[in-house]
Amino acid sequence: MTTPIPVEEARVVVHTPRQSLPPERSGPPAADPPGETVLAARHYHLFYGAHHALKDVSIEIPARSVTAIIGPSGCGKSTLLRSFNRMNDLIPGVRTEGALELAGAGLLGRDVDVVDLRRRVGMVFQRPNPFPRSIFENVAFGLRLIGLRDRGELEIRVEDSLRRAALWDEVRDRLDRPALALSGGQQQRLCIARSLAVEPEVLLMDEPASALDPTATARIEELVLDLKSRYTILVVTHNMQQAARISDRTAFMLQGELVEYGDTRHLFTSPRMKLTEDYITGRFG
Amino acid sequence: MTSPARPRLAPPVPRRSLAARRAVSHAAIGACAAATLLLLVPVVLLVTHLVAHGAAQLRPGFFVRMPKPVGELGGGMANAIVGTLVLVGLAAALAVPVGVGAGLYLAEFGRGRFAAVLRYAVDVLGGVPSIVVGVAAYGLIVVPMGRFSALAGGVALAILMLPMIVRSTEEVVRLVPQSYRQAALALGAPGWKVVQSVVLPAASRGIATACMLSVARASGETAPLLFTALGNRFWSLALDRPIASLPVMIFDYARAPYPDWNAQAWTGALVLFALVAALAGIMRWTTRTIR
Repeated sequence: MTTPIPVEEARVVVHTPRQSLPPERSGPPAADPPGETVLAARHYHLFYGAHHALKDVSIEIPARSVTAIIGPSGCGKSTLLRSFNRMNDLIPGVRTEGALELAGAGLLGRDVDVVDLRRRVGMVFQRPNPFPRSIFENVAFGLRLIGLRDRGELEIRVEDSLRRAALWDEVRDRLDRPALALSGGQQQRLCIARSLAVEPEVLLMDEPASALDPTATARIEELVLDLKSRYTILVVTHNMQQAARISDRTAFMLQGELVEYGDTRHLFTSPRMKLTEDYITGRFG
Repeated sequence: MTSPARPRLAPPVPRRSLAARRAVSHAAIGACAAATLLLLVPVVLLVTHLVAHGAAQLRPGFFVRMPKPVGELGGGMANAIVGTLVLVGLAAALAVPVGVGAGLYLAEFGRGRFAAVLRYAVDVLGGVPSIVVGVAAYGLIVVPMGRFSALAGGVALAILMLPMIVRSTEEVVRLVPQSYRQAALALGAPGWKVVQSVVLPAASRGIATACMLSVARASGETAPLLFTALGNRFWSLALDRPIASLPVMIFDYARAPYPDWNAQAWTGALVLFALVAALAGIMRWTTRTIR
C-alpha cells in the first residue's frame, strides 16, 4: 500500500427509477455473507460521447473471491471492468457520473494517482499481449517500473510470479527466450504473471480465455480458482458455463444496466429476474 | 415477413471460363515480373558502369592519399571520404534526435490542428529542392559566420534528412500494436514510460531503417554542399572550416579538363556507392536481431 486514494463523494445523480430493473445490488439472502467490499460502483454512469454505455450501475465486489460479469456483446461489461483501473480514461470523449471505490476510497477524482491505481488493480486482456521481449523481462516490466533494480530481487519475484501463474515449470530453463515464442495459453499465463508481479489487490480479467483452445482455457480457469485465495478477481466472460464454473458471484448486464447480481449458484438456478432467466437459458444473447 | 412469398432466386452469377481467368492471372503476374525486371535495369547498368570506369583507379592509395596538384598523376580522396563521413555524421547527429522525437510526438500525442499543420510543414519541407535548402543554409549560417564550413553543410544535410525521418518514424510507431500500449498502461506505466520502454523498442527496427535511408540520401547530396561545406583540397576536420566531401569532389573532378581527374571521379563515385551500400548493410545487420 502506498499513498491512499482519497475518498471522493458520490455525486448526486439524477436518476429515473425503473420498474423492471433494481438499481441496487440484490444479494441472495441464503448466500454466505460476502467478505469485505474491495471494489464498488455507486450509481455509476459512463458515456461515450452521446452514447450512454453504463446506466446507474451499483455493485459491490467482495474480497478474495471471483466475480463474473456476463451479458451479451455490447452490454457494457468490459466497459465496467475497464472503469475499475481507469483504462477508459484513454478513450477520448468518455464522461462518467457517480462513484467508483477501491477499498472504500474513491478512484475517479482528478487527484487520484492513476499509475498507483493500476498497480493495485491489475488487468489481463482478451488476447494475450506479452511485450516483444524475453519471458523474464515481461514479468520484470512492472517491477522495474516501480523502481526495483536489484537483479537478485528481480529474479526472486519473477520466479514467484511465474509459479503463482502456474507457468514456472514450463519456462524455468528458457527465461531469456522471446515471450512471443510461447503458445497462446502460455502467453496468457505469462500476462497473468506479469500482472501478479507488482502485487495487485485486484485482478481484472477481460475474457481471459476467449482466444484460447479448450485445454488452455481449462488451465486458466484452474489458475483463477487458485488465485482467489489471495486476490479479488473480477472476470468478464461470454461463456456462461465458465462463469458458473469459476465464479462465486455473478453479475448479469444488459444494455448498460446491471440486471441482477448475486451468488452464482443462485443466479444460475433460480434467477430473480425474467431477463436473467431468458439469457442464461439461451433465449437471447 | 408474414406473407408467404414464393422464394425468388437470383439469376446465377455469370462466370468467365477458367481459361480466361487463367489468362488474366498470368498477364497480371507477367506485368509485375516485367516491372521488377525493368527496375533492375538501371541498378545493373549503374553498378556495371561504375565498376567498369572506376575500378581501374581503385587502389589502397585512393583511400589514404590526399589529392595531388594538377599535372601530377595519382593521389587519392582521403580527405573527401573522411569529410563525407564527418558531414553525414554531423547531419545525422542533428536530424535523428529531432526527427525521431517529432515523429514520436506526431504518432503518439499528435492530434488536432497543431499536429496537422506540423505534418503539412514536414511534407512541404520534404518537397523543397535540395539546392534551395543549400541556399537557405548559406543565408542562415555561412553569411553570419563569414565563411563556408562543415557545420553549415551538416545543417543543410540534416534539414534534408528530417522529413523522411519524421514521417517514417510516425508510420512505424503507428504500426506498434495498441495491445502493447494497453498492457504497459495497465501495469501502471506513465505515458512517456510506455513510449520509452515499449513503443520505441518495438519500432526501433523501422526507425533505424528510416534513418539509414535518409543517411544514404544525404550522403550523395551535392547541391547543398556547394553553398555550405564548399569543398577543400586539403585535410581538415574543423567544423568551422570548409570541408571536402565525395559528391563535391566528384563534381569538381568530373568536369575538370584532365583525364586523370575524370578517371578519379569515377572511382570516387564507386567508393561513394559502396559506402552507402555498406551503411545500409551494417544497419540491416545490426537491427536484424532486435525484436
